[in-house]
Amino acid sequence: MTTAGAVERRKLLRTGLQEQYRRMVEIRLMEERVNELFASGTIHGTTHLCQGQEALAVGLATVLEPDDVVTATYRSHGMSLALGLTPRGVLGEIMGRSAGVTDGVGGSMHMCDMSVGLLPTFAIVGAGLPVTAGAALAFQTLGQPRVSVAVFGDGATNIGAFHEALNLAAVWKLPAIFIVDNNMYGEYSRIDTTTPYEDLHRRGESYDMPSIAIDAMDVDVVQEQLQKAVDHARSGEGPTFIEAKTYRFAGHSRADTAPYRPDGELDSWLGRDPLAVTEGKLAGMATEAEIRAIRDEEAAALETLVTELQASERPGHDQMFKHVWA
Amino acid sequence: MSKLRVRQAVMTAIADEMRADPSVIVFGEDVGAAGGVFKATEGLYEEFGPLRVRDTPISEMGFMGAAVGASAMGLRPVVEIMFMEFLGVALDQLVTEAAKFRYLSRGQVTCPLVVRTTIGTGLGFGSQHSQTLENWVTATPGLKVVTISDGQSAYGLMRSAIRDPDPVIVLEPRVLYAEREEVTTGEQGVIPIGKARVLRSGSSATVVTMGSMVGRTLAAAESHGLDIEVIDLATLVPWDKATVIESARRTGRIVTVEEAPSSGGWGSEIVAAVMASAFSEITAPPLRIACPDVPVPYGKHLEERFAPDSQEIGFQLSEFLSTNVVPAPWWVREGMHA
Repeated sequence: MTTAGAVERRKLLRTGLQEQYRRMVEIRLMEERVNELFASGTIHGTTHLCQGQEALAVGLATVLEPDDVVTATYRSHGMSLALGLTPRGVLGEIMGRSAGVTDGVGGSMHMCDMSVGLLPTFAIVGAGLPVTAGAALAFQTLGQPRVSVAVFGDGATNIGAFHEALNLAAVWKLPAIFIVDNNMYGEYSRIDTTTPYEDLHRRGESYDMPSIAIDAMDVDVVQEQLQKAVDHARSGEGPTFIEAKTYRFAGHSRADTAPYRPDGELDSWLGRDPLAVTEGKLAGMATEAEIRAIRDEEAAALETLVTELQASERPGHDQMFKHVWA
Repeated sequence: MSKLRVRQAVMTAIADEMRADPSVIVFGEDVGAAGGVFKATEGLYEEFGPLRVRDTPISEMGFMGAAVGASAMGLRPVVEIMFMEFLGVALDQLVTEAAKFRYLSRGQVTCPLVVRTTIGTGLGFGSQHSQTLENWVTATPGLKVVTISDGQSAYGLMRSAIRDPDPVIVLEPRVLYAEREEVTTGEQGVIPIGKARVLRSGSSATVVTMGSMVGRTLAAAESHGLDIEVIDLATLVPWDKATVIESARRTGRIVTVEEAPSSGGWGSEIVAAVMASAFSEITAPPLRIACPDVPVPYGKHLEERFAPDSQEIGFQLSEFLSTNVVPAPWWVREGMHA
């Protein structure tokens, strides 16, 4: 099913920085609340949170059209909300309720809403990249001016699917954008222990496509740079590789408190918190009270939603039998 | 009706679907200008051009994933995996992505793609290019699996596979490619997925087989004068339980002939279902004629011994029908292995 209102929520992002900030706040609060719900045992299973990486998701969602398509990862909540899925559809799914965007069958790692171009999110590291190439191949073959985007973590750059997909996209000059959300950790391992260099845009260069690194803690920078890649792809000039430099404020998954981080690293990145960066930009456009009101409104809406969903119905057992084959 | 080699029947089916549906595209290693290493896509590049018939890099994971993405966006890709073993490096995209897209999108996205791949023994390709490996893909709900056994099934099943709204894997025993026979083309020649083919009627046993074992089983029936019903299963997922069980009820015996190591083979599934449904009408233990649990050997006389030939099939069936006891396979009879 699709989320009613997803396209409208997506369009809101184009109204300006204030709505983009509101969406980033929505994502941050959702992730913090989801963490509590898992920790308290209210929800079972595991979850992967994206605090610190909100600006990339929101910036990307702002520049894409709803019929462009995105492959994203099991760290899916922020990307889903940014693209337009409703908090009800996303949290309902995480909680395994009928209100969930995939009927409570998918869970935290599996969101999908084609009305805003979100393909079923991928719980296998790197698996989305060849699919992104294939969607781009379809757009090229059918002569459609659409763009196909892969968003994946730094860990994915060490798996074969990454290299095969970049190679295909380059050799066929596909309308694709590959964005590595470089948060510097693949599960529990810091990048310097798994990868010979940290500047991952160099990997795009080896496939002979435009490759840049961007400050993905700043939503304005994200939009500006991604717009260029979108224009490049849409005009038939082929793929772009983008290294989005971000940081994962939380651990890899529910069980991980990230004790392996070097002293001071988290603090230094918290100083570049994308929400704080955006608040700084908003200072000239909105009063402190108006900015606080956004946070308060989002927090209140989320609490109402949590209460509603906790009392909401669970999917019937018949749901597991639906949509296996046509 | 045309006289076609099996590889030409494959190509003809693809070409007919490409003419009928502009969303059908073909890609794989050397399938374009070269016409495929087994010449099963010969002529497609010339007729349909480089946008619809693409050569890929040697990059199975990449282009299998590309088939997933392209099919999700409205195309019907027919991809060739040159040897079934090469699917190993691309399996994630098939079993974890293509097979789950419909489920995880609640029907918003489907993957109407076809994976064609070649299987089996007989051409001296050695351990890493001669397996059938159908059990890699039969335990994943969301996938369909068919095996061709002659020119007609190559044509008829291929057309159905390309039209199917779900991912379909078409297994092509490459030892059959050069065989030539009359093939009915056009709509009359289409064989629906999920329907077994009863190729020979008989009353003493129901013998279910597939692929290159079909011809050998029919030959064994003739050479040994056996009154057996021979069923080409054709579709492995979802297999035609109704036809097989009805036949087994009538004959009272169920036999499978498989070109794969016995352990974990598809025949176990068939006999379990038949025994569960028709136990009171079955008068003998189930017999599975299969290969030993070893990799496929290379030397010609070794490879020929590995998979059941019509002599071994005929011998085991004759013993079974006269004694109602499951006979030992050749490697036990000859004291090679337990």
